[in-house]
Amino acid sequence: MQIALFCVLAVVAVVSGAAVFVVDSMARATYALALSFVAVGASLLLLDLAYLGVVTILMMVMEMAIMAVFMIMFMMNPAGLMPMSMLHNRRGAPAISGGIFLALGALVLLVPWPERRGTVPADPTRAVGEAIMGSKMLVMIGVSAVLFTTIVAALVLATSRGRYGDDEPAGYGHGESHGPHNGHGGGHDAHAGHGGHGGHGTHAAPPAAEGSGT
Amino acid sequence: MTVTGAPMWAVVPAAAVLLVMALAAAVLDAVFDTAAAGGGGTAVHGRRWSRPLVEVARLMRQRGRTTVEPDRLLWRIGTAGPLVAALLMAAVVPVGGTVVADLPVGIVWFNAVDVTLWAAVWLAGWGPNSVYPLIGGYRFVAQALGYELPLMFALTAPAVAAGSLSVGEVVRAQQGLWFAVWMPVAFVVFLGAVAALGVWGPFSSPVGRDAAGGVLAEAAGVDRLLLLTGRYALLAAGSGMAVALFLGGGAGPWLPGWAWSLLKTLAVLAALVALRRRLPVLRPERIVRLGWLVALPAVLLQLLVVSAVVVAKG
Repeated sequence: MQIALFCVLAVVAVVSGAAVFVVDSMARATYALALSFVAVGASLLLLDLAYLGVVTILMMVMEMAIMAVFMIMFMMNPAGLMPMSMLHNRRGAPAISGGIFLALGALVLLVPWPERRGTVPADPTRAVGEAIMGSKMLVMIGVSAVLFTTIVAALVLATSRGRYGDDEPAGYGHGESHGPHNGHGGGHDAHAGHGGHGGHGTHAAPPAAEGSGT
Repeated sequence: MTVTGAPMWAVVPAAAVLLVMALAAAVLDAVFDTAAAGGGGTAVHGRRWSRPLVEVARLMRQRGRTTVEPDRLLWRIGTAGPLVAALLMAAVVPVGGTVVADLPVGIVWFNAVDVTLWAAVWLAGWGPNSVYPLIGGYRFVAQALGYELPLMFALTAPAVAAGSLSVGEVVRAQQGLWFAVWMPVAFVVFLGAVAALGVWGPFSSPVGRDAAGGVLAEAAGVDRLLLLTGRYALLAAGSGMAVALFLGGGAGPWLPGWAWSLLKTLAVLAALVALRRRLPVLRPERIVRLGWLVALPAVLLQLLVVSAVVVAKG
C-alpha cells in the first residue's frame, strides 16, 4: 500500500514538474509546479514525518500563489493573453536535467543500502530535527526570530508610503506620523527619496521591537 | 474531555453537518438582510428565511456561463476549491469527543488547508479570462498576505499552551479554563482570520460591488452555487475550529459533548454573520497595514504572554 502510494506521488511529482515546461500559460506552469511540490510533501507523510510533510505543502502552495503574481507581472504579455513558452537553452537544459535524473536514479538502484539497525523512533520529526540541528537548535531558533523581525521591518520600511503618498490619511488604528510635505505634490512621485520625511524611520520600530521579544 | 478518531465512514455525516451549518449561516444571513434584493440584485419574493433555498433552486436550474477563451481547468479548480478546503478543514475539527481525522498535527493541517485558498480564489479569478474576477483574485492574494501571518500566530498560541499540535490535545488542555479567557487577542485575531477565509464582511472586497462582484462576476448556475456554498462552509468550519481551540470544544454542563460543540459553533457563526453588515469593507492595502502593524505585534505579544505562563507553570 505504501509502495503504491509512493509510486503514485512520485509519478505525479515528476509529471507535473515536466508539465511546467509543456503548458503554454504562466498560471498553469506555476500551479503545475505547486502540484509537484505538494506531491513531494505528501510523500514525506509516508515517512511518518507528519509535521514536515504538512508544512512543506503549506509553504509551497503559499510560495507558488505569490510566485504566480510575480511571474505574470514580469511576463512579456502581462495579461497572459498570448501563449508563452517556458523553454530556454533548448539543447543544453534537457541534456543536463535528463543526465542528472538518470544518474540519481541509477545511484538509487546501485547503492548497496544498509540494513535497518534499531527501530522507528516514537517521534520521527523530533529525531530528524536532532540529527540535522543537534546542538545548534537554540541558535537556529534565535536566528528564526531575528529573520522574521527583519522581514517585517523591511516591509514596513519599504511600504512606509501608501498608494496615495502623503495623502494617505493617518489614523486608522496605528499612530503614523508623517513628516513635513516638503513640496511633494500628492503621491505621484512614489520614487522620490525619503529625505525629509521625519516620521518614516521611526514607525518601523514598534513591530520590530515586539517581534524580537518573542 | 478526550478526543478520539472516528471510523472511515464518519466523513459522510461530518460533511452533512458542515453543509447544514453552511445552510444555517446562509439562512441567518438572509434573515439579517433587510434589503429586498437577493444575491444578484434581483428582487426575491417570499419570506426572508427561505431565500437561500429559493436561491439554491434558482442556481441549480440556471445555465452556466462561459466566457471567451477561459482556462476551464483552472476555473473549475478555483470554483470547487473553497468548498473542498472547508471539508478538509472540518476533518480535523472535533465534535464533542470524536473527530474524523485525529492527526497529531491537526493545527498545521488546518493552516495548510487555509493556505490553499490563496491558490483557489486566485484561480477562480484567473480562470474566466475576465477583468473583474481577475481583480477580485488579486485582491484576495493581497489581503491574504495581511491576515495569514496573524492567523498563524493566533493558531500557535493554543498549541503552545497545550504543548501539542493535535486539536484533541488542545481541547483537553482547556479543562477548567477556556483559552479564549486568557488569550483574548489570539481569539479575536483568529475570528477575524476566519471572516477573511470566507471573504466576509470587512474582507469582502475580492467579491466587492465596486468590482461588479469580483471573483463571483462571471460565475453563474452551479459554479456560483459552489462558490457561495464554499464561503458559508468556510465560515462554518472556521467557527468549529475556533470552538475547539478557544472555547473548550464540547465542554459544558447537562448536554452531551457533541451538542455543546454544535451549539457553540452556531453561536460563533451567528456572531460572524451578524457582524457582516455592521462593519465597513476594507481595501486590501488597509488590511495588510492593519494585519502587519496592529494584529501581528498584538498577537506576538499574546504569544509571549502565553509562553511565559507556560514556562512559569512548568
